[in-house]
Amino acid sequence: MMNTRNSLALLLLATVVLLAGCERPRPDTVQRGYRGTGTVEVHNPRVTALKVATAQAPEPLAAVPAGGPAASSVYKNVQVLGDVDAGELTRLMLAMTQWVAPQQGCAYCHAGADFAADTLYTKVVARRMLQMTRHINSDWKTHVGDTGVTCYTCHRGQNVPSEVWFTPPAQKRGQSFAGNKAGQNAPAASVALAALPYDPFTPFLSQSSDVRVVGDTPLATGNRHSIKQTEWTYSLMMHMSDALGVNCTYCHNSRSFTSWDTSTPQRATAWYGIRMARDLNSQYLESLSKVVPAHRLGSEGDAPKLNCATCHQAAFKPLYGAPMLKDYPQLGVVAHAAAAAPEEAVAQTKP
Amino acid sequence: MAAEYQNIFTRVQVRAPAYAGVPLPRGNQERTGKRAHLHWLGWIGDSQIGPLYLGWFGFASLLCGFIAFEIVGLNMFASVNWDPVQFVRQLPWLALEPPAPAYGLHLPPLNEGGWWIMAGFFMTTSVLLWWARMYRRARALGMGTHVAWAFAAAIWLMLVLGFIRPLLMGSWGEAVPFGIFPHLDWTAAFSIRYGNLFYNPFHMLSIAFLYGSALLFAMHGATILAVSRFGGEREIEQIVDRGTASERAALFWRWTIGFNATMESIHRWAWWFAVLCPLTGGIGILLTGTVVDNWYLWAVKHHIAPVYPSVFPAVLDPSLLQGAQQ
Repeated sequence: MMNTRNSLALLLLATVVLLAGCERPRPDTVQRGYRGTGTVEVHNPRVTALKVATAQAPEPLAAVPAGGPAASSVYKNVQVLGDVDAGELTRLMLAMTQWVAPQQGCAYCHAGADFAADTLYTKVVARRMLQMTRHINSDWKTHVGDTGVTCYTCHRGQNVPSEVWFTPPAQKRGQSFAGNKAGQNAPAASVALAALPYDPFTPFLSQSSDVRVVGDTPLATGNRHSIKQTEWTYSLMMHMSDALGVNCTYCHNSRSFTSWDTSTPQRATAWYGIRMARDLNSQYLESLSKVVPAHRLGSEGDAPKLNCATCHQAAFKPLYGAPMLKDYPQLGVVAHAAAAAPEEAVAQTKP
Repeated sequence: MAAEYQNIFTRVQVRAPAYAGVPLPRGNQERTGKRAHLHWLGWIGDSQIGPLYLGWFGFASLLCGFIAFEIVGLNMFASVNWDPVQFVRQLPWLALEPPAPAYGLHLPPLNEGGWWIMAGFFMTTSVLLWWARMYRRARALGMGTHVAWAFAAAIWLMLVLGFIRPLLMGSWGEAVPFGIFPHLDWTAAFSIRYGNLFYNPFHMLSIAFLYGSALLFAMHGATILAVSRFGGEREIEQIVDRGTASERAALFWRWTIGFNATMESIHRWAWWFAVLCPLTGGIGILLTGTVVDNWYLWAVKHHIAPVYPSVFPAVLDPSLLQGAQQ
């Protein structure tokens, strides 16, 4: 027969096991929508404080006096920033070094004394990224607003942003007659460890597959979207929620995920974000597979590509909305000259 | 003695020679096999184990169930490249998926959903054989067949999810995968696809009967335990011969809620609540996609879903705006 001390010890142990999964402190909820609709954001103040502390924009470099000669009249082979003041170009180059290659310095992109040469692939990629940044800031204001983006928004002091995606390798199977995962059913980080399809990026952020599955009539009138298709949409939403560090209800009213008139304004911003990611991946990033060396490529030989997490990094706004673009307005200038494809640029500069 | 009843476990174990059971009509097998007593089982029920009646239905059912279990398990094992460590680590995520919607109701290749159809066939056969076994064993003992029909209610829901609804939708891909997390993700996706299942009135009924069953179970169990010191656990005798236990239990509920069930009717209440949970749920699933496509809009149309004041500035669907990048 169990005595009282044993029972108490068992009770204590059971309590510890039960409470081991609890968060501290108590998560905070912020009501955003109408009461009773569950439109609340749940967050842990301790974790939020940590996230905010690590997502701080660096101090802007000191401004240089305007009115200097254009960079193209001072330097050779300035293809994107030719109309920028020479002094401002130097300031921007210093900032880019700080944002992307703080360890390696200028030599990460510029080979030897000839800063005009395009011998290093990193310089070709950097030029392409400058074109992309200007494209985002001028043509995708529907998503980035006037806050805009700089190299630091994604890079955060690293050569390659920490959050990029590659085409996943084909499923390894012992036999080809059994064990088909159907692209899902694995604890994948890309969909926040759900058993949902683990590559929502290829169909939705590279190709233009239809995200919408829910019908707009009460009764069945021929909407043939399947539950499996819904799981793909669901997996994209899991990624977005995880990438932005928010709940479903940051954009949606859970009464009806599909109806726009009960959604939050952020949903429209996110809608443009999906289109922006498609545009950037297909126009700027995928073709870099011909430019970058093999160790930068994925297992399927594809270039690193972006998704929501690349910029957001678990914040509802990258860097919690720090307006870095206003300190480097040249990154927001509309690119007039037709953007040259990177492989052509390489071809031009090859000896 | 009364204090012996104040416990969640049965404290009284009556130990007698193993009990063979009632005499059976002609054509029934005599009770065979070994019988044993297990003290630990006696804490939660009867300490006697056996005799177990297997029979052909039972044998065939277990065999089919084993085949279905093996098809699912070996497919999961193959999906992690026969790695036993990964099989254990990833088990909650692993699944055997139904065919892609493109196959419709056609037979797909084995590794494109054929295994799923085979597993589903053997699982269904196993369950139906087990049902027949329960029905026939009840009849053999001269009992009513209430247990078999309650089981049939659950089978109805299973068949709607995995067979009848996919048949009506024209695609095996509509059915549920075999897997722990995957079938839960399927459930959430099902609700999302059809505009929120919580607005499905049959889903509402099913939930009411589910929670209602739990409530009734708790009320009934508590009532009987509370009057067992007066002989209340002899419920069946008290149906026709109400003793003080019945009277006290009845008066307790009339005092507290103004109405009481009887020793007999409480069991009918419980049976119907339990049976109606999968019956109504199955109707709700069957109507989803075949008749109703968006339960939220259906509920708005029929004034079930209220309209709340808007809090945010008007949000328009960007895909309808002129000049928006698609």
